[in-house]
Amino acid sequence: MNDASPALAEIAHARGIHKTYHTPGGEVPVLRGVDLSVRRGESVAITGESGSGKSTLLHLIGGLDAPDDGALSVLGTDLRAADDTARATLRRNGIGMIFQQFNLIPSLDVRANLGFQARLAGRFDAARAETLARDLGLSALLGRYPEQLSGGQQQRVAIGRALAGNPPLVLADEPTGNLDEATGDAVAQLMLALVRQRGSALVLVTHSARLADLCDRRVHLRAGRLA
Amino acid sequence: MNARRAGLVAALLLAALPGAAQERGFAGLGGDNAGYALPDRARGLTFPRDHGAHEDFRIEWWYLTANLRGEDGRDYGVQWTLFRSALAPEGPLQGWAAPQAWMAHAAATSPDGHHFAERFGRGGIGQAGVTAAPFAAWIDDWQMAAPEGAAGIDRLRVTARGGDFGYDLSATAHGPLVAHGQNGFSVKSASGQASHYYSQPFYDIEGTLALPGGEVKVAGQAWLDREWSSQPLDRSQRGWDWIALHLDDGRKLMAAQVRGDAPFLFGSLIAPDGTVQPLRQGDLMLDAGRGSPPTRWRVRVPGAGIDVTIDAVNPDSGMATSVPYWEGPVTVEGSSRGRGYLEMTGYPAR
Amino acid sequence: MTTGRLARWRLVLGALVSHWMRRPLQLAMLLAGLMLATALWSGVQAVNAEARASYATAADRLGTGALPRLEPAGGQALTTADFVALRRAGWQVSPVVEGRLRNGTARVSLLGIEPVTRLGLTPAANDGGDASAGPGPQADLGAFITPPGQGYATAATARALDGADLRGLAIVIDADAPPNTLIVDVGIAQGLLGMGENLTALVAATAQPPGAPPLDRIAPHLTLSDPQAGSAADPAALTDSFHLNLTAFALLSFIVGLFITQSAVGLAFEQRGGVLRTLRALGVPRAEVLALMAAELAVAALVAGAAGIVLGWAMAAALMPGVAATLSGLYGADVAGSLQLRPGWVLSGLGMALAGTALAGARGLIQTARMPLLAAGMAAPWAQATARGLRLQVIAAGVLVLALPLCLAVGGLVGGFAALACGLLAAALVLPAVLDAVLRLAATRARGVLTGWFVADTRQQLGGLSLALMALMLALAANIGVGTMVGSFRSTFTGWLDQRLSAELYVTARTEDEGRAIRDWLATRADAILPIWNAEASLAGQPGRIYGVADDPTYRDNWPLLAAAPGLWDSLAEGRAVLVNEQLSRRAGLDIGDRIDLPGGALPIAGVYSDYGNPSPQVMMGLDDFGHRFPDAPRLYQAVRVAPDRAGALAAGLADRFDLPASAIVDQSQAKRVSLQIFERTFAVTAALNVLTLAVAGIALLTGLLTLASIRLPQLAPVWAAGIPRRRLARLDLLRTLLLAVATGAFAVPVGLGLAWMLLAVVNVEAFGWRLPMDVSVPLLARLGAASVLTALAAGALPALRLARITPGQLLRVFADER
Ligand SMILES: Nc1ncnc2c1ncn2[C@@H]1O[C@H](COP(=O)(O)OP(=O)(O)OP(=O)(O)O)[C@@H](O)[C@H]1O
Ligand SMILES: [Mg+2]
Repeated sequence: MNDASPALAEIAHARGIHKTYHTPGGEVPVLRGVDLSVRRGESVAITGESGSGKSTLLHLIGGLDAPDDGALSVLGTDLRAADDTARATLRRNGIGMIFQQFNLIPSLDVRANLGFQARLAGRFDAARAETLARDLGLSALLGRYPEQLSGGQQQRVAIGRALAGNPPLVLADEPTGNLDEATGDAVAQLMLALVRQRGSALVLVTHSARLADLCDRRVHLRAGRLA
Repeated sequence: MNARRAGLVAALLLAALPGAAQERGFAGLGGDNAGYALPDRARGLTFPRDHGAHEDFRIEWWYLTANLRGEDGRDYGVQWTLFRSALAPEGPLQGWAAPQAWMAHAAATSPDGHHFAERFGRGGIGQAGVTAAPFAAWIDDWQMAAPEGAAGIDRLRVTARGGDFGYDLSATAHGPLVAHGQNGFSVKSASGQASHYYSQPFYDIEGTLALPGGEVKVAGQAWLDREWSSQPLDRSQRGWDWIALHLDDGRKLMAAQVRGDAPFLFGSLIAPDGTVQPLRQGDLMLDAGRGSPPTRWRVRVPGAGIDVTIDAVNPDSGMATSVPYWEGPVTVEGSSRGRGYLEMTGYPAR
Repeated sequence: MTTGRLARWRLVLGALVSHWMRRPLQLAMLLAGLMLATALWSGVQAVNAEARASYATAADRLGTGALPRLEPAGGQALTTADFVALRRAGWQVSPVVEGRLRNGTARVSLLGIEPVTRLGLTPAANDGGDASAGPGPQADLGAFITPPGQGYATAATARALDGADLRGLAIVIDADAPPNTLIVDVGIAQGLLGMGENLTALVAATAQPPGAPPLDRIAPHLTLSDPQAGSAADPAALTDSFHLNLTAFALLSFIVGLFITQSAVGLAFEQRGGVLRTLRALGVPRAEVLALMAAELAVAALVAGAAGIVLGWAMAAALMPGVAATLSGLYGADVAGSLQLRPGWVLSGLGMALAGTALAGARGLIQTARMPLLAAGMAAPWAQATARGLRLQVIAAGVLVLALPLCLAVGGLVGGFAALACGLLAAALVLPAVLDAVLRLAATRARGVLTGWFVADTRQQLGGLSLALMALMLALAANIGVGTMVGSFRSTFTGWLDQRLSAELYVTARTEDEGRAIRDWLATRADAILPIWNAEASLAGQPGRIYGVADDPTYRDNWPLLAAAPGLWDSLAEGRAVLVNEQLSRRAGLDIGDRIDLPGGALPIAGVYSDYGNPSPQVMMGLDDFGHRFPDAPRLYQAVRVAPDRAGALAAGLADRFDLPASAIVDQSQAKRVSLQIFERTFAVTAALNVLTLAVAGIALLTGLLTLASIRLPQLAPVWAAGIPRRRLARLDLLRTLLLAVATGAFAVPVGLGLAWMLLAVVNVEAFGWRLPMDVSVPLLARLGAASVLTALAAGALPALRLARITPGQLLRVFADER
């Protein structure tokens, strides 16, 4: 299922997505009918104020959580019907996820973290990993452990990990939140290059208008819907 | 209990009784016979003397098997066996110094149960022994003896009791004693090993079996074997199969083989009037069925038109005694019908 | 699927294991915890198994120990004819002749056995079929029984018999023969001892075939003795209590071990919750994560378990000489002091490691399976003593407490032990709630800011330390319980021995004539001879024994009375009243003043005495009255008073003059010495096990503290930033650990005493039918209190040191990482 099927133009398809969190304090309705379609080679920026549900939407697309209602298919997998194994397979082989909280493996060094997902998917390419590390400015840090990195450095490792396997879909949650403007721009270019060269798709959550403008399309999340 | 724990006691007893798993042929019967009396072709049989013990021979047995039908319509089998084993060729007959060890087995078999018990005893002190006249064979509270006033062994009372069974039977013979081989000199191997061997196969028997399910009145036929020797087996012979059949036409058939490098067959075909026709290698064919030990056999005596198949009433009739073997009642089908007993020794333990 | 599953598994396993590479100390803790728990368990098992096997070997050496015996009532003969009559009636018995051979100054026990019928007494004789390949010389039954016969003996015994006139008997050297004993055939023994047709005894199969007529119809002059029924100095009761002691310890060590595995394995899951989530987010299926995690645990359990078995082996080997010495003291038989590798306890050790890990891991695995992929926060629930968790634990404890009477109602030893386990677990489960309550109370009293923070912070840490504190509590309780039990046993038993064995020598004659001769001989040599006649009788419906005793200060001053009516010894001497033993009093509900039916008429009870180690009822009456009621009772047994320093010589003289077997003379001082030795060795074994149990608890505590140390930085950093120096923080940390340990120790005292009470008043009663008065030892409690403080210090030192040395940078990271 490498690179999905090239014929499939629509990489992610969401229609009428609803998501409500159930907390001891009551119901927290977050998404109330989100429609979104992402095509091959397309980059989409999601903006919205803090707490509007951007991360939630990204997690749903990434198969990390299930919507309460609505249709959602990613890379040909119907996420409403998929079981844990099918979702895991999709995440492993199809999606590069950059978490807002990085989620690096603390006991592995930068080199191992960088290559981890690509190896999981069986697509590890040493040359690609090396290029990425250089482009992300991590070459000097390969032997360090996550706890020995600054927030921005950790973020770049997370980005590298997501891109190393050249996944058909990259989901990035505020990938430049901890980076200075110049580094942020460089990193954004790196992601967009992947989209262009490989025909992957990029969905990116950001507060930065600069970054949003670099994308092909920009949607705004408000009151649980996309506009 | 393991051998270490039993220690000295087990070592002593097992080295003496037939049963040590040693390279001596089955049950030590191929062992040394130095100093013991040897079977003699010219000796013949003398009664009542020969009903009793022959202490100068190394090994001897009194072996009764009975095929019974219960009032409940089921088939039963009963075994009563007393073995004598001499520990020395000579010695006093009385007191602890008498070099005689005794062992007895009793069993009661039904189609779905097999109960057995084992007893051990020392000679010379009265715990176990055999007297010729009046005839009595006993060990502990088990006995096979002529009732008061009865001569010989034409009438017997047979009793035994184990942990979960017991029986009390009375037998009456309706035919003569039968000598096997030549006047009771029965050859057991090509190299000439032999024993003295006679039988009383004409008993009618009746009495009571006590089984875990309750008491059953039974009646049927019994067969007594008497045999003594000092070295009945050749060293290479590992065991034997012995069959005694009561055919419905009144004939009796004893067929046996000693298994060695080549099986050695012998037998006796006994007419209803007691006339014996000895059967030798070639007169007799035994074919084992499947299993170890095989509980189905084809038995043929072509010269007498006998071609029958025998089947165990209860295939689980193993005797897990100090010398393990298989002994149980069989039914007979084929050219003749009938019933009988099958004994198989020297098969590897299952 | 493009990637090989195997490659993926290696990668994931690598990520999981990398955690341990980064935190080798934690791995060491996990493995050490598992290893020590296994070592404790398998060590106790090994000692226990070896002790049992040794007892069995000693007792079964000739099948004598385990088999009931038939012996002639005093003065009467047991002959070969009796043996034959019993056999012919269906009784499965075998004759025995016992006596002594002299050769110059040497004395050798002669044992005559009858091997043919002896083997028939034990079932499945054919199991021993490889006897010819077994140890010892090639046996020859013919040579053994036919005169002059063969005698089996050790080389030492054979040397002692060198030159003795044995009528040509050939001696066969058998290293397995009992010490100083020559074994011959029963007929040979009769000849050597000149006994004619007489036998000493018959041993009987434990289960006789049904339908054999009762003994009194065939041989009324024989009595069947239960091998369990002990005489005054019978070691059987002591060995049983030794066993029980070890069994109780095995159970306790298992529970303590369970707690430490639980805490170590729980940690392995908790700390890697984030990694597990990330792995799943990156596309590793849940089932694979769970399976790999389980595999990792299994490997850890096997590695640590194997190491634990080796350690347990070493420990057991170190303890074994004590056990072996105890046994040789008991049986006078040489028991191998070396340990044999028994597959049973190796497997049980590995099984314990695996089962304990599985039990502990199950929780982690279930939590991992249920864990949402997206964590709301980074909170570590493990370290949080949630009010709900505490409530649940208290409820669980309540259920266990409710189950306790149920277990007791089931009864038996199993019920007793189950009740014990229930009580201990319940106590362990309420411990955190109790500590929390204490801290809550302290919080309301706390004055200064720092004290307030200290109390609040301690409360918060309770969750993370509760498993370790429970383990510590259990270890301490176990030590208190078992220590108290052994101590109570010792003081009660020695006191009782002092009272019961107040005469210097106790002599049993074989015949009435011999008894008379012995008394005549002693008349000029001893200070006093106190005849003790006895007879069997049915007492309150149960077979028991009535003793006639002389009126003597020996009794008046020493007899261990539990209850006494005034003037009791006078009324006893005058035949107006009797004494009963505790067992009879308890069972029949008889007390002072009640009348008891006796052969020849009922008498009132004037006193109750303790009678440890004897399960059957007993009555004592005046000697004259006894003589009237039981004119036929054999007059064989007497106590002898003599100056203690002359007792040994007198015993030797007696044995020499009358050729008495060793068992016929009991030297009081020797009997006491043997009994006390047993307790000393029990103490030694117990002490060694105590140390190990505490070590296990210490490791659990250390693990908990180290983990907390890493989790707690965010809580410490603001306090440090607010101006409390690191050294002070470290001191406070150590102080907290000590306080928690002291509180836990205080809680363990009542639990341990309760445990001791259960052992003495429930388990012992179930096992032996009598209850031991509890003897609380303050030094023991003080020692264990100190031990708990030391354990806490040892466990708390390293984390405190680390805190004192922590770099400001590490603390600052807390603020930098705030996200
Ligand atoms: N696991 C959860 N349980 C309950 N409520 C949650 C959970 N995760 C998120 N929420 C709530 O859902 C809403 C949307 O959260 P989400 O993380 O998607 O916001 P966001 O748009 O990514 O915000 P930010 O820009 O701050 O990252 C918020 O109000 C948040 O409090
Ligand atoms: Mg977000």
